[in-house]
Amino acid sequence: MPRRPYVKDPNAPKPQVGRIIGELFHNYTGRLILVSVCLIITSIAGTAASVFIKNIVSVIEKALDLIKEGSTAEEALKVCMSDLKPIFITMVVIYALGIAASLIQQLNMAVITQGHLAKMREKMFRHMERLPIRYFDQHPHGDIMSHYTNDIDTLRQLISQALPQALTAGLTLLVLLGVMIYYSIWMTLLVFVGVFAMFMVTKKVGGNSAKYFVKQQKSLGKTEGYIEEMIEGQKVVKVFCHEDRTKADFDKINEQLFGDANEANKYANILMPIMGNIGNIMYILVSFVGGLLMVLKVPNLSISTLINGSALLDISVVVTFLGMTRQFCNNISQVSQQINAVAMAMAGATRIYSLIDEEPETDDGYVTLVNAKFNNSGELVECEERTGVWAWKHPHQDGTTTLTKVEGKVELNDVDFGYVPSKIVLHEVSIYANPGEKVAFVGATGAGKTTITNLINRFYDIADGKIRYDGININKIKKDDLRRSLGIVLQDVNLFTGTVMDNIRYGNLEATDEECIAAAKLANAHDFITRLPEGYNTLLTGNGANLSQGQRQLISIARAAVADPPVMILDEATSSIDTRTEALVSRGMDGLMYGRTVFVIAHRLSTVRNSDVIMVLEQGRIIERGSHKKLIEEKGKYYQLYTGAFELD
Amino acid sequence: MIKKLASCIREYKRDTILTPLFVMFEVILECIIPFMSAKLVNALEQGADMGQVLKYGLIMLVMAFASLGCGALSGYYCARAACGFAKNLRHDLFYKVQDFSFANIDKFSTSSLVTRLTTDVTNIQNAFMMIIRVAVRSPFMLIFALVMASMMAPSLSVVYLIVLPILAIGMVIMTAKAMPLFNKLFKKYDALNESVQENVSGIRVVKAFVRERYEIDKFDRASQELKGDFTKAEKILAFNAPLMQFCIHLTILGISYLGAKQIVGSGGKELNVGNMQSMITYSMQILMSLMFISMIFVMVTMSVASAKRVAEVLDDESTIKNPADPVISVKDGSIDFNGVKFAYSAEADKNVLEDINIHIKSGQTVGIIGGTGSSKSSLIQLIPRLYDVTGGELKVGGVDVRNYDLNTLRGEVSVVLQKNVLFSGTIKENLRWGDENATDEDIERVCKLAQADEFVQRFPDKYDTYIEQGGTNVSGGQKQRLCIARALLGKPKILILDDSTSAVDTKTDALIRKAFAEEIPDTTKIIIAQRISSVQDADQIIVLDGGRVNAIGTHEELLANNEIYKEVYTSQNKQNEEVS
Repeated sequence: MPRRPYVKDPNAPKPQVGRIIGELFHNYTGRLILVSVCLIITSIAGTAASVFIKNIVSVIEKALDLIKEGSTAEEALKVCMSDLKPIFITMVVIYALGIAASLIQQLNMAVITQGHLAKMREKMFRHMERLPIRYFDQHPHGDIMSHYTNDIDTLRQLISQALPQALTAGLTLLVLLGVMIYYSIWMTLLVFVGVFAMFMVTKKVGGNSAKYFVKQQKSLGKTEGYIEEMIEGQKVVKVFCHEDRTKADFDKINEQLFGDANEANKYANILMPIMGNIGNIMYILVSFVGGLLMVLKVPNLSISTLINGSALLDISVVVTFLGMTRQFCNNISQVSQQINAVAMAMAGATRIYSLIDEEPETDDGYVTLVNAKFNNSGELVECEERTGVWAWKHPHQDGTTTLTKVEGKVELNDVDFGYVPSKIVLHEVSIYANPGEKVAFVGATGAGKTTITNLINRFYDIADGKIRYDGININKIKKDDLRRSLGIVLQDVNLFTGTVMDNIRYGNLEATDEECIAAAKLANAHDFITRLPEGYNTLLTGNGANLSQGQRQLISIARAAVADPPVMILDEATSSIDTRTEALVSRGMDGLMYGRTVFVIAHRLSTVRNSDVIMVLEQGRIIERGSHKKLIEEKGKYYQLYTGAFELD
Repeated sequence: MIKKLASCIREYKRDTILTPLFVMFEVILECIIPFMSAKLVNALEQGADMGQVLKYGLIMLVMAFASLGCGALSGYYCARAACGFAKNLRHDLFYKVQDFSFANIDKFSTSSLVTRLTTDVTNIQNAFMMIIRVAVRSPFMLIFALVMASMMAPSLSVVYLIVLPILAIGMVIMTAKAMPLFNKLFKKYDALNESVQENVSGIRVVKAFVRERYEIDKFDRASQELKGDFTKAEKILAFNAPLMQFCIHLTILGISYLGAKQIVGSGGKELNVGNMQSMITYSMQILMSLMFISMIFVMVTMSVASAKRVAEVLDDESTIKNPADPVISVKDGSIDFNGVKFAYSAEADKNVLEDINIHIKSGQTVGIIGGTGSSKSSLIQLIPRLYDVTGGELKVGGVDVRNYDLNTLRGEVSVVLQKNVLFSGTIKENLRWGDENATDEDIERVCKLAQADEFVQRFPDKYDTYIEQGGTNVSGGQKQRLCIARALLGKPKILILDDSTSAVDTKTDALIRKAFAEEIPDTTKIIIAQRISSVQDADQIIVLDGGRVNAIGTHEELLANNEIYKEVYTSQNKQNEEVS
């Protein structure tokens, strides 16, 4: 699945960067305040340097004056050193504080960043697990995955870099602004002109850069998608001698990527020198205008003049302003460097929240599944331990509850269903399965076989009609309990990273090793498992990549067997496994079916023939139903399928 | 390796050279501008001499614009150089992979090739950008500033002798501690994402067994563990900034202390205040450059692994090449295996195919039967020379396959692979892979042959129906039929179906075979199948077992004499007996 780029969707929700930051502050209020305090201390320690150097210079100049006045160098040095001592001590203290603050800030940021990323990840996963199957059917899996990889990565950048930098810059700018207004409003206005210029440049150049970065992501996604598709199908490319065409197509896509990447990086690269030199130009402007104001003796306007009443601009004010201008510009230019990170994080956050805001699976069920046993008087009563007998616990409005034994009787009455409301794919389907009966679905691809099984365990909800389980409408049963009472073996086997034993136990977490092995024996999987290098402890990775298709199928059968549910849904595999393995799998399936109500999507003739009822489906309707014998006698569609051909897919 | 990668610079050589050049100018200007600003301040302090202010202001303005120009140009060229380099690298890799033989592809595996072309190239591109820009800038800045500093006040440079080792040692320790930790963490991180992947694709299993809570707990545990480890690793790196600050502060203190002592001690003759202040500016530049150098070092080291992986692909030579003087036409569809041996790698101690002697006349239909691992697919992949035989010879149309022009041979020998794919695009576009110039009528004709026309006509967009990547929006049987049609479109002399009708129902399967017999009688047809019914009408059926020919004969002959064939037949037909 190609990684999807950050494309701006016109229907996409609003950028959610504010929400990320809001949650961050909510979760880490204390630490973030601490970090902010530390940030203030570090930046003060940083700016203190210029003040102290000024002091040192004045001390040195004082000493030099002493020499001019006739004292010896030794005496002057002595005076100088004793003057310097308090200054140095203060400096060391402030610097030590600054370093300590910086360390505390960094350590805390590590905790905050990683902590918040973990929180987001867990929140996303927790929510994802609760989403309906529909979500997974409608979204490419690569897309869902990229929330956990790419999107989270953009947040890391935002939290660990862009955010603290913006904070520092914001704080410094605020302080500087105060000081500036205190000294001279005219000069402050001048600095503002520069800030405005920098803002415009960031908006224009940085905006372009961000725009092309998003475009670059899109082209990159396209290129990687193409590479993936072609290399996956490389052998087919070779068989058809299609290499030259593939190369030509690739060149086109690659050129597009180059174009976008080039633009994006160009704008990003030139932003820094522009910002840096606007800083230089501001420096020149401030000194020039400052000098001019002094020469022309323009009355100064500032808070200090309001307080002190002195009206003229002083040289020391101009020099201080120069230092502040430099700092001001450096800060803005640093923040502007983060614009790409912010743009990416905005896209990432939007995508993350689109998953988190997705409506989870709802469950209005109130009938629960409980362990039960018969007491001495032969009544069914609830009990704690696993007895092998289950009951539906049905609370009523008057406060009483009734227990119904789980038998495995399933009825569908006139069920209509469509994946989208406008397109009904199942029409008036009615099925009656008595406890212990085996119902086979037969029909072509798209006839609706899998869809029916999706409805019984409520992966999807029906549009019309009713499904009853032991006489109870399945909408009243809690979904978890409903699903616990239904076992399922799917055509596409999904195994999880872990040992073979872990994978079997997935069906029933409380099962002992013995129970798991018994299930494996029932499924016909025991023999091959014991022949694996480490038997039941063999580690499976990559969906059981080290096993054959047939072996994986056998494990999935064992997994369902250990759950031991009263009703089973089986989807037989169509993939071509050789005759011997197929025989194994069949026997495994047969073992599993014994004594249960079974719905089976059949691909094998023997399965169908052994079924109690066969449903022949065509385009979402049941066109024939009955036992094998009856259907053969009817000489209808089933007879045709069975004698002439059996649609396998 | 570096030479190989550097060869991808090509037309972006100019940009690659100009980038560091402009970076150097920029650095020089950056080192001189503080000089000018000091003069400007002096002019102001000497009573706002507007003439002086204007003069230095103008010089500085010119310099600022020059620096801006150099910076912008270096940025411009850098972007072009790095993106161009990446483009060429991707181009070379992709072309290389296109020319790879099946054996090469097997060696690297598909997913690893994809990673090399995507993630690895991106890593190298970033490293390249670092190298031509920052890796030039920082050392240059370091040297320039060091020179300026020692020229200005050699006696104060002593401070560097203390500070630089502290910084260097500190950074080395941090990197040495953090790097292995991070490398281990990235693996854990991958494992975590893998488990998400498992949950996404196995969501039906999770929900069917009501294991949401269980999965969430599992995930939370792994996530918390990862968080702890990551925090630990990042806490090591957290010492970076304070260390840097410590060094800067130490330098400032050292320089001002020594400076004061020297200025006053010499009565201002050996050193003056202005120089001391400039020394501090240069110190910052020196330390900053050092920090950047260490960063580059880490980043470049991280990309070395990527560079190695990419170079491996570029260095690999296709195991199958066109002969010097190729035969460019295939006479007929006859095939002869004479004592053919085959192994996937030279080191393998057991041959996959051993002593194969098969003779197929042009126009014959041949079935191949055998269990998993009997090397059926290996056998047929030799015919279009997807792999080379390791012993004996294989002739098509009376000529050794190694003497044919590859395009000619593969054009005449069409294989429908077992693991077949359709590509994203319309049905028509997919089918035209078989023959670019095929008309719509041609396409319809082959689809009728492959029994695909009937379902394609039922799609709303018919032949313009868009196939999703991997062909996910058609069923298995439909996909197989389209793949057969695609192979037929090139009008090959030999058609090979490798278990290509396994998902097609038996009736349709029979129709396809019937159409083959009637419509393309002159084409040699080789059919690998699991089902006896797919091959029982063949002129000859080959039974393969463990890489050797177990028997060759017609259905009747084999049924009478061959144990394997008999066993397969009975197991498949047992079920049908009761019907009739």
